[in-house]
Amino acid sequence: MTRNDIKDLIIEIIEDIDEDAEFDGVDPDKPLRDQLDLDSMDFLDIVMELRKRFKIQIPEEEYPELATLNSCVNYLEPKLKDF
Amino acid sequence: MNNLPDNQRVVVSGVGLVSPNADNLADFRQKLINGKSEITEIDLRYMERSAAGICKFPETKYRKKKENKRGTKAGCIGVYCANEALQDAGISWDDYDQSKVGVYAGLTEHGTVETENEVYNISQFDYNVDYWTHHHNPRTVLNNPAGEITMNLGITGPHYSVGAACAAGNAALIQGVQMLRLGEIDMALCGGISECTGSFGIFASFRAQGALAHHEDPTRASRPFDQDRNGIVISDGGCFYVLERLDKAKKRGAKIYGEIAGYAINSDARDFVMPYGPRQAECINLALSRAGLKPDDVDIVNTHATGTVQGDIEECNALRKVFAGCESTYINNTKSMIGHAMGAAGVLELAGNLPAFTDNIVHPTINVNRLDSQCDLPNLVINKAKQLDSVEIILNNSFGMVGINSVVIVKKL
Repeated sequence: MTRNDIKDLIIEIIEDIDEDAEFDGVDPDKPLRDQLDLDSMDFLDIVMELRKRFKIQIPEEEYPELATLNSCVNYLEPKLKDF
Repeated sequence: MNNLPDNQRVVVSGVGLVSPNADNLADFRQKLINGKSEITEIDLRYMERSAAGICKFPETKYRKKKENKRGTKAGCIGVYCANEALQDAGISWDDYDQSKVGVYAGLTEHGTVETENEVYNISQFDYNVDYWTHHHNPRTVLNNPAGEITMNLGITGPHYSVGAACAAGNAALIQGVQMLRLGEIDMALCGGISECTGSFGIFASFRAQGALAHHEDPTRASRPFDQDRNGIVISDGGCFYVLERLDKAKKRGAKIYGEIAGYAINSDARDFVMPYGPRQAECINLALSRAGLKPDDVDIVNTHATGTVQGDIEECNALRKVFAGCESTYINNTKSMIGHAMGAAGVLELAGNLPAFTDNIVHPTINVNRLDSQCDLPNLVINKAKQLDSVEIILNNSFGMVGINSVVIVKKL
């Protein structure tokens, strides 16, 4: 997957969690939690969805890597390179 | 409960509901008077198509879709009903301190639907529990629906569920009355919820017991007292009441549906599933005694009867015993039109009867083609509504498995 594909994937997963999520104006380097109506349970939903779709196991200590849109892409790029 | 001071008398001042045929009391009442069933069919995984009562209501009227997805169907029903009840009562948080509001949700069961869904989910992943959702515990804790209501409304008083099988709605109502009398709270939001149509296990268990209703026309499947009845129609539903002390309700000029004049709960102490008429009669008599009423003071009895062969007969035996010679007591049934809304049944059926205090109509029990002679009670209102001169007292039966009986009596003010 390309970096753009991964970004679109994260947006798609978040939209599935909250269809009212508005991505216009979201700063990709700022925490998603500060910009969208997301909490810790929602991030666990993202982790679960990645596990279901790609069999990716994300250890708890690496959850902070999913904080921003860009950090998601950086973290997931090597894991999703074969998809 | 007679002659109590106003600050010990508890009244119903708001009703919010969802039923298989309505999402508000006015429509619900009209459909019950018209005697029309909107029972349909459901196609659940692992089950053949079955008659069921499915509720349609504006699920996102009071909270976002995201919150509905995170929570439970029971929570979604509860949030809708609680908000509707508050609006109906005309209550704002200037009237009551949110820390002095109690939320009591009557549930027949909880977590069955969510657990079945999650087992199915991991079956798609070779039963690897890494795929078991983190939402499972907050969704299935027994206080879930009541807690979802408090989160939605910012209520910081007590909340919990009352588990009382199919007597749970009445039991939650009684809990609200008791907490108001004790002074633990100043206002109660109490009622009952059923999300049972989401559970194949509940359908399959009734079927295994020979108690799941079936008929080629689903609107005729629920037929208490009919000779050919063959069981229960499982329904979703919810109903919440605003309960207040009479002095406060008067002070704020509230519309009052009626006063909870008496109640009782007792136990058969006999059998897991078979109801027991003699104990039901004791429960009715206890409620009447606490209300300071005689049987012939009662104008309407809403029966619990679910359409099982023995259950209906047991209740009819109890009613025959208690109401013998009561010429002005009329008997009806609501499940014939909406099915069995389990934890919501007691409160939903009572709500459907409350407008009788103003329209003086007894809604009928329907689908009785051939009345079972053992259910042939005097003044059973069959298939067509009955207009009375006045309705002052309504008595509501609600019984449940493992031998629980509950009775609530409401008096017109």
